[in-house]
Amino acid sequence: MNTIATALAAAGLASLVGAAAGLGLSVTVRPLVAGTATALVGVGGLAAGGLAMAGRTWSAAFPHVLPLAGVRLRVDALSGLFMAVAGAVVVAVAVYGIGYARGGHGPVASRTAQALLPLFAATLVLVPASSSVSTFLLLWELMALTSLLLVLTEHGQRPTVRSAGVWYAVMTHLGLVLLLAGLALFAAKAGGESFAALRAGAHNLSPAARGLVFVLCFTAFASKAGAVPLHAWLPRAHPEAPSQVSALMSAAMVNLGVYGTVRVGFDLLGGGSRWWWLLVLLTGAVSAVFGILQATLATDLKRLLAYSTCENLGLVFVGVGAAGLFHAGGNPELAGLALAAALLHVVNHASFKALGFTAAGSVLRATGERNLDRLGGLRAKMPTTAGLFALAALGAVALPPGNGFVSEWLLLQSLIHGFSVPGLTTAIVLPLAVAAIALSAGLAAAAFVKALGVGFFARPRSPQATRATESPALMLAGMGLLAAASIALALVPGVLADGLARAVAASRLTSVQPLTGGELRLRLTDTSAAYSPLWIVAALLAGLVLAAGSVRAFKRRARRPAAKLWDCGGGQPTARMAYTATSFAEPLQRVFDDVLAPEQDLDVTHVRESAYLVERVRYTQRVPDRIEHRLYEPVLALFEAVGWRARRLAAGSVHVYLGYGFVGVIALLGVLTVLR
Amino acid sequence: MSGFGVVALAAQLLLVVAGAPLLTGVMRQVRARMEGRAGAGVLQPWRDVRKLLRKEPITPAGSGPAFRTAPLVLVVTGLLVAALLPLAAVTTPAASHGDLIVVVALLALGTVTLALAGLDTGTAFGGMGASREMTIAALVEPTILLSVLALSIPAGSTGLATIVAGRIDEPARLASPSSLLALVALAVVTIAEAGRLPVDNPSTHLELTMVHEAMVLEYAGPDLALVEFGAQLRLTVLLGLLATLAVPWGIATTSSWPALLLALVLLAVKVTVLGAGLAAAEVFWAKVRLFRVPELLAGSFLLALLAVTASYFLSGA
Repeated sequence: MNTIATALAAAGLASLVGAAAGLGLSVTVRPLVAGTATALVGVGGLAAGGLAMAGRTWSAAFPHVLPLAGVRLRVDALSGLFMAVAGAVVVAVAVYGIGYARGGHGPVASRTAQALLPLFAATLVLVPASSSVSTFLLLWELMALTSLLLVLTEHGQRPTVRSAGVWYAVMTHLGLVLLLAGLALFAAKAGGESFAALRAGAHNLSPAARGLVFVLCFTAFASKAGAVPLHAWLPRAHPEAPSQVSALMSAAMVNLGVYGTVRVGFDLLGGGSRWWWLLVLLTGAVSAVFGILQATLATDLKRLLAYSTCENLGLVFVGVGAAGLFHAGGNPELAGLALAAALLHVVNHASFKALGFTAAGSVLRATGERNLDRLGGLRAKMPTTAGLFALAALGAVALPPGNGFVSEWLLLQSLIHGFSVPGLTTAIVLPLAVAAIALSAGLAAAAFVKALGVGFFARPRSPQATRATESPALMLAGMGLLAAASIALALVPGVLADGLARAVAASRLTSVQPLTGGELRLRLTDTSAAYSPLWIVAALLAGLVLAAGSVRAFKRRARRPAAKLWDCGGGQPTARMAYTATSFAEPLQRVFDDVLAPEQDLDVTHVRESAYLVERVRYTQRVPDRIEHRLYEPVLALFEAVGWRARRLAAGSVHVYLGYGFVGVIALLGVLTVLR
Repeated sequence: MSGFGVVALAAQLLLVVAGAPLLTGVMRQVRARMEGRAGAGVLQPWRDVRKLLRKEPITPAGSGPAFRTAPLVLVVTGLLVAALLPLAAVTTPAASHGDLIVVVALLALGTVTLALAGLDTGTAFGGMGASREMTIAALVEPTILLSVLALSIPAGSTGLATIVAGRIDEPARLASPSSLLALVALAVVTIAEAGRLPVDNPSTHLELTMVHEAMVLEYAGPDLALVEFGAQLRLTVLLGLLATLAVPWGIATTSSWPALLLALVLLAVKVTVLGAGLAAAEVFWAKVRLFRVPELLAGSFLLALLAVTASYFLSGA
């Protein structure tokens, strides 16, 4: 038996054991056993994915497992990459989750939540392994269902959870319908439903049919990845889910949208027209800028992280779209580079975003508060969590020596060199894509300076923040694993170069090795550009030691700790005077006034006797998600209106209902006659 | 790694470190003379550094590690950028470890750390400065990267040494519309990044106008010396970058000692001329409102976008 098969079988078994343990055991041991089983699922996924990235493949068919279609599995380097990422996130989050649930943390330790967590983890690992339409859709839906139920875990605590659950359920199932339609059409035209048959039959499809299949599938995958304008569920569901579930969703589940796009677009449909990838690239660029703009304005810590996921997945889609454009433009080397950059960003984003969400979960657990305006001062109360969040923020702002910088650097390189691909499209689109990446990087810096500086630094602005205490050891251990992964990815990204090249090759885009990483740095094969993270970090550290030493050499007097703040001579400022997240983002909100359209309301109550005297002035400001406002609300309003009108149809008379049935049958027969 | 490269790197770094406060001194002196004052002399910034370094270092109550380390990070990122730029010679051992994108990102890292330090004190001024600084920094980023793109297209690489060597070999690139547009855009964002007029006034202490100063109000003694030196260093390397790209002549492309010496002298002259020019222009400029700054940056963004488009269509690709 193949090692990949063993690892996957172990993961599957562990998930079943974990689910049984979650259902059966008492609350004292339940989180420990179910969490350990979940961690084993992750280890299995990581092992299988790692082996696949090292060059092994495995495939199997179980024709009797599912009626009619059977189950087909295949693991290559592309699926291996996504399995390994999901597995690694699952391991760390499971360890964290044991600590999170153990303190008797209410619904998170409940039977349903503990039984569902290993199942959700298993679907995350197994979705990339499926290699037939039916298997893929089955696992995809299982993933959606388990995550939906997990999002609803705390539905008894807050009413917002229920609304988030409804949004998530509707969006994810609309996505499933589109995916089902697209893949069914593909399978029908290609003459088989296994991925091998689809791959072989893809050329039988007319260009229009191929385009339709791609658009249907990409729309579904983009909504899973939280791309604008299909992101509406993401900033609702991620903050409301328990923190370890948010981490899994934001760092592992959304990636599968990227996996699906790459698998269907490149591998199964074999590339395709330019406009497909232009669509992907533009979707990505819009998501990146819009997502991070909303993140800079968000005051809810987890909502900020969720919007940052929109941004990062947008950047990944920019890379995927650029890869498709270069491929269609006849430059496989650059296409490979762009895809490798996109995949590397998936890996990096998973590490720092899981860390960010778990750290936010620690804050939530310690203070019960997600509102940045009411946090602050956590650096002193929870030093480890604050340090780990700082590490996650460093990754997210895409500045050296963080890991996010590595992949954004690679992405920019591929776009800059993309100018050698001829065509007016590239000439217009690439500069705008570079500008979008740069603007999103700049705004991300503002967003995460806000999250870290306002949420963790300064002084506490609420009693809850004052009483915060550090998280238990197991939670810190889980976060530590993610932190170690982030640091390793930041310092030695070169070790992933071969695996990335294999993943790119498995997408059938190009077999050219786009980058080499032998000397522990990333070097592009055909140009002189290089980035050596280790050198930069060593130089930074050496410089710090040197600068600190030369200042110390001059120092005559000892440092005076805890002196009074000067504050322009204003005396001791109180915490109420400090900048909050809202005030921090105010200048940016004014700059982007036209895009964001904030709603302001000034409510002046006059004293009864005179209009010149004011009793009370109330100022409210809201920055609604404008895309949601314009795109979703009219549709929802229409549905609601139709629903209210339709009540008249159900008059309560059985005769009328029989009449409906009769008319329905006649209409159906009529349609069938016309179609024959 | 050749001996020449190491010496060139060391000399370049030494010149930048020694020259950064002097550049500020020159700029203040130019300003003073044009305003009819005698001025404090070119050496005053160095005297200030010496004075501040001897004072007692102070950590205000409630501030944490971010406040303590930010001045060091600011200086070190400035030094690292000075090492990565091919200011004196194109064959330094550092130049191959990072490109123009890394340089831009390292400067942004310094900005981000200082903004965090501003928030760390928990004062209203610190938060205000951090918020304003990050707003400007977020808008500067696209322009810088687009200018980088415009300059990299003819060279085929973002590696600074390659770009500079290409510009020395083919002077026609310097006068091309795309290069000129990119340099103008880069000059505007240099002013914004370095916190000079009309974006920010480095000598203001008025709450309506402060950006950089508001963030660093709580610093005193050696920490303040580092912050000031860091700001001077940033201005120097940014002007150095601009000089290197605009007038690359004189930078040593071969391993010859007289060429290196000439390059160092020319570097000092170029940066001093640029700095003096900026100081002279600042006498006639007023600081613009904070919410007019985005308009200025949008203008330079447009120039950078035009530069990219021009470089694409005029290079005949």
